[in-house]
Amino acid sequence: MSTVLFVIYALAASGGALAVVLSQNVVRMAFWLVISLSSVAGLFFLLGADFVGATQLLIYVGGTVVLLIFGVMLTSSGPYGTIKSQPAEVVQAGIIGMAFLALVASTVLSVNWEANEVRLAHANDHAEHGHVHEVSEPESEQGYNPEESGNTTRSLGTALLGVRFDKDLSLESEDGSNHGHTHGNHEVSAGYLLPFEIVSVHLLVVLVGAAYLARAKRRVDVENA
Amino acid sequence: MNPFLLATSIENWIDSASFWPLSVLPAAVWAAIIHTTLVGLFFGLPAFVFIWAERKVAGRIQDRLGPTRVGGRFGWLQSLADGVKLIQKEDLAPNAADVMLFRLAPYIVVIAAFSAFMFLPFSAGLVAVAMDAGLFIALAVLSLEVLGIVLAGYASGSKWSLFGGMREAAQMVSYEVPLGITVVIPVVVAGTLNLGEIGALQSGGIQNWLIFSSPFTFLAFFVFFTVTLASNKRAPFDLAEAESELVGGFHTEYSGMRWSFFFLAEYASMFFVSALGAILFLGGWWTGFSPLDNWLLSTAQSSVGGDYLLRVFGMKILMVKAAILVFVQIWIRWTLPRLRIDQVMTTCLKYLVPMSCFLFLGAVIWPLVLATTIGQTSIWSPVGDRMPRSRRSGEPEVSSEVEGDETAMNRWNSRDSLVTVGLSTGEAE
Repeated sequence: MSTVLFVIYALAASGGALAVVLSQNVVRMAFWLVISLSSVAGLFFLLGADFVGATQLLIYVGGTVVLLIFGVMLTSSGPYGTIKSQPAEVVQAGIIGMAFLALVASTVLSVNWEANEVRLAHANDHAEHGHVHEVSEPESEQGYNPEESGNTTRSLGTALLGVRFDKDLSLESEDGSNHGHTHGNHEVSAGYLLPFEIVSVHLLVVLVGAAYLARAKRRVDVENA
Repeated sequence: MNPFLLATSIENWIDSASFWPLSVLPAAVWAAIIHTTLVGLFFGLPAFVFIWAERKVAGRIQDRLGPTRVGGRFGWLQSLADGVKLIQKEDLAPNAADVMLFRLAPYIVVIAAFSAFMFLPFSAGLVAVAMDAGLFIALAVLSLEVLGIVLAGYASGSKWSLFGGMREAAQMVSYEVPLGITVVIPVVVAGTLNLGEIGALQSGGIQNWLIFSSPFTFLAFFVFFTVTLASNKRAPFDLAEAESELVGGFHTEYSGMRWSFFFLAEYASMFFVSALGAILFLGGWWTGFSPLDNWLLSTAQSSVGGDYLLRVFGMKILMVKAAILVFVQIWIRWTLPRLRIDQVMTTCLKYLVPMSCFLFLGAVIWPLVLATTIGQTSIWSPVGDRMPRSRRSGEPEVSSEVEGDETAMNRWNSRDSLVTVGLSTGEAE
């Protein structure tokens, strides 16, 4: 069942992405982008990463694409804006795309999947669920109201503050590849709160700057007039 | 999220009841059918009732009678007559339209409004998909509704529709900010994004409802309600379909079933946000009168199948609360005049966003102020004590208020053991 759903979502994601490239109508591109991004969110749900999937839906599909269509509506000169690529652009984009594909493919091929599957199977008692766990989970574990299988919110929240239940609890019993830390969380990272805040303040600065630039132009116009 | 999630709950229930032996596959099929029908009813029935209520209330407010003939004296079946009329109409697409997007847009709206119900707990444990990030996902899915409306406005190839779509996009993108912040306020008080846990937290008396938890949550409820009016494009914020200036707004060019899809979705999401408000602020499925809740729980435990009936009763309470909120939405629509678009944007960006930020800040500081003055973090019993965290070492057995809520209890027990282990190993070093 998961495999079938995975195939459906993966096909929709890559098909949508292809359609974005091949379509020439801007709003249809946005629509295909919605299909592609929602399917990626579906893949996240399938992998048990509920929070990331929901974020994908909220930010990309509900936010970015709506803003994109809004921008097209505001700026389009004709009834249906179209984009036609020049041959040179196709060649450039093709080269970049192929290079990126090669990079991704080499990364995928260099991962030792066997070891990861073993490690995930070990760790599946705890909050972080991999797809291996999803497949191998026996149906009998489902109760009257099945437990949520993608309980990542709490783990993400605690990880943000520097408490990693998954690492501290599940990997300590393994071999010495664990960078030497044993029980407890005194040697794990300081959390992601500070980087998160830095990034968000950075974004805020960008927003204020953009608003200021857009505003300044108008003020100059008023002065000239 | 397990793809079998919908199927297994009824499948297991049938297994445990064992009065109707079924093998796995037919049980899964039956479960899928039953669940889809139930969720479909929750999508369709509120629309059916509220369209009638809308007409009736509008009539009464305007000193008319409203529907009186179809289905008896009060026009109960008016929505059915509307539906039959709409089904008969021709499915038109204008020549100027982008036909593919024009036909697809209503489906996006309907799917978004429909699938949001998957994450809504109607009672303790009565939820299709129970997740920790339930509230977040529900809001994310609901926000997709805008996309369909904007696409509909754009693809219609009509200036009225385009204006409607643009207004909708501007309005929704702005109002999502205060919506998100006001929703976070009860989450801060409750300490969880799981809607089932937020509901279970408000057991006991009416003072335990999160709206009465602090002055900030009290005000936050009204901000939340105002924002949901706007996010459902209800009057006085229905600029996207302002018929006095835009003919029909984004749905000018639609007819028949595709047109009615927009309205089914609108009424369904009206009901959805009202139910969400009831869970977040108004005590969810609890009556707010603790002797009654306790009596119900004790009778439910002593009778066969009482647990299930109790859940259904909780669902009724939630639906009554949501229906009252929907009635207020209808009441406001027919009482207040429509704002102008610049006033809508001003209301959001200059008033609602600062207000919700202030309320959020207040709700965060409130426990600290209380802790320094009266020595506990909330006025009434501390919020955490109402959670069914039983069997933790050194704590008394579960209180009678929350005993019926077995799923939440189990969930909490399992998580608590994890947390406790994590902390104790940390301290042991």
